[in-house]
Amino acid sequence: MTAITQEHHTATVLSARDDARGQTGRRAEAMPYLPASSSPYVPAGVDPDRLVWAETVAGGNYTHRVVARGTHLRLDDVEGTGCAHLLLFNALEPGERLNVADTMKIPWQAYLGAGHPLLSGDGRVLATVLADDSGHHDGFCGSLSDAAARAKYGASAPQSASPSGRALFTLAAAKHGLTPRDLPPSVSFFQGVRVDADGTLTFTGSAGPGRSVELVAELPLLVLIATSPHPLDPRPGYINGPLRVHAWRGEPTTAGDPRWDATPEIHRAYLNTADYLTARGL
Amino acid sequence: MTATAFSPATRCPLPLDEVLDTARYAEGTVFDLSGPMIAGPVVLDEVVPARAPWSARLATGQVLTIVDVGGNQSGDCLLFNADDTDERYSVPDTLAWQGNAYVRTGTVLRSTLGEPLATVVGNEVDRQDTIGGACSKESNTLRYGHHTLTEHACRDNFLAEGSRYGLGVRDLVSNLNWFMNVPVEADGALGIVDGISGPGRRVAFRADKDILVLVSNCPQLNNPCNEFNPTPLRMIVTDPGAER
Repeated sequence: MTAITQEHHTATVLSARDDARGQTGRRAEAMPYLPASSSPYVPAGVDPDRLVWAETVAGGNYTHRVVARGTHLRLDDVEGTGCAHLLLFNALEPGERLNVADTMKIPWQAYLGAGHPLLSGDGRVLATVLADDSGHHDGFCGSLSDAAARAKYGASAPQSASPSGRALFTLAAAKHGLTPRDLPPSVSFFQGVRVDADGTLTFTGSAGPGRSVELVAELPLLVLIATSPHPLDPRPGYINGPLRVHAWRGEPTTAGDPRWDATPEIHRAYLNTADYLTARGL
Repeated sequence: MTATAFSPATRCPLPLDEVLDTARYAEGTVFDLSGPMIAGPVVLDEVVPARAPWSARLATGQVLTIVDVGGNQSGDCLLFNADDTDERYSVPDTLAWQGNAYVRTGTVLRSTLGEPLATVVGNEVDRQDTIGGACSKESNTLRYGHHTLTEHACRDNFLAEGSRYGLGVRDLVSNLNWFMNVPVEADGALGIVDGISGPGRRVAFRADKDILVLVSNCPQLNNPCNEFNPTPLRMIVTDPGAER
């Protein structure tokens, strides 16, 4: 510790202040970019001035944000080693939240991809998957629980080298006044799973580096993202690379959009969402 | 009525002779009350009427046998640590830990902490579902249309029964569906199809800690999770470890 202490001059308040202020302008591999328009990684075709959130999230970490209806949210798996666990809540009434069972059952499709609605348990669309060039996602296995992380990596706490997804979600949720009671099963992006006829869950891993998923918020959303390995990842190490997050002002799905009535179930889900927002004056 | 004998101690919130009168159900309904899968002193023996919720607290080691009395009647089920309901049944932990999407004998029903809540110790259908979730009035409007909003649903059963324990919408998570059949096809197509159970078929699970069990005897009228004919379930708790 002596060596580090010697690099800092913190014996008095003024010198400690100067020492702290001396960090200004430093960069880290994983960090938020403020204002968001200053992101070094603005997605192609996006006007930087429309960005509302730009961040690189380290593996084994988390991020969270309340975003307006119509916000587009893009996740990039930079190195092909990312796994983004996602939970969505209606920011107006967080008791309404992602329901993975309804998200798979109601569209009659277990595998997430472009056009798939992420549904709440209240018969409404929280977000729609707009674009996906990965196809390696999962709604069955959730994120690592504490017991699973301990069994596989020896530790699960946020301060350890192998935080569980659950521990990370717990922190993200706490920052919005929510507790573990508020954490339902999550979906994950960029590490795939397929179900065999006998029910066997087969890990298909990543589709490669540089893949992305884009969602649009159909309600005002609380977004929680945890980065930690997929529970079925067979590799012995805690392998989880950086995730890039960009969000920008855009338009939600409305009548006239091909998504609006793509199927009878999705059509009624959008109708329910619009009905709820209209009554709230939104 | 073809019901086999049941214990005189069997309880039911409605007159049992009416609940078990097959003439009150769809034509051709056959009932088989069966009995406990795991021997031991009977702690509780109840018949859950069609469409109704049910709950019980199981002590560690006690076994709940659920009898599909009329066949292909989905029993939607949530489990909680009885002493700390923040710890509750977790579909993803259960599935990821066993590497399989279906529940069968030997499946450990895990919690949000990844810990065992219960273990399936007996099962008389090929596979049990835990990916199909519960029906709700709200989701029925997506699946079938807004004309179904007034129909009763499992989510309401969970909320009504859960409210007795201080549980609410924040406590509802993906659940088990005993006796429901949800295949996943190679392309990911998934749905509730005709059942693979029958009258008197059973499933049994042992509590691995003290647990609260919430069950909704599924009232759905729009898919084959109960053959469009809601029928009773029988719940028998035995205590194999108790001294006789």
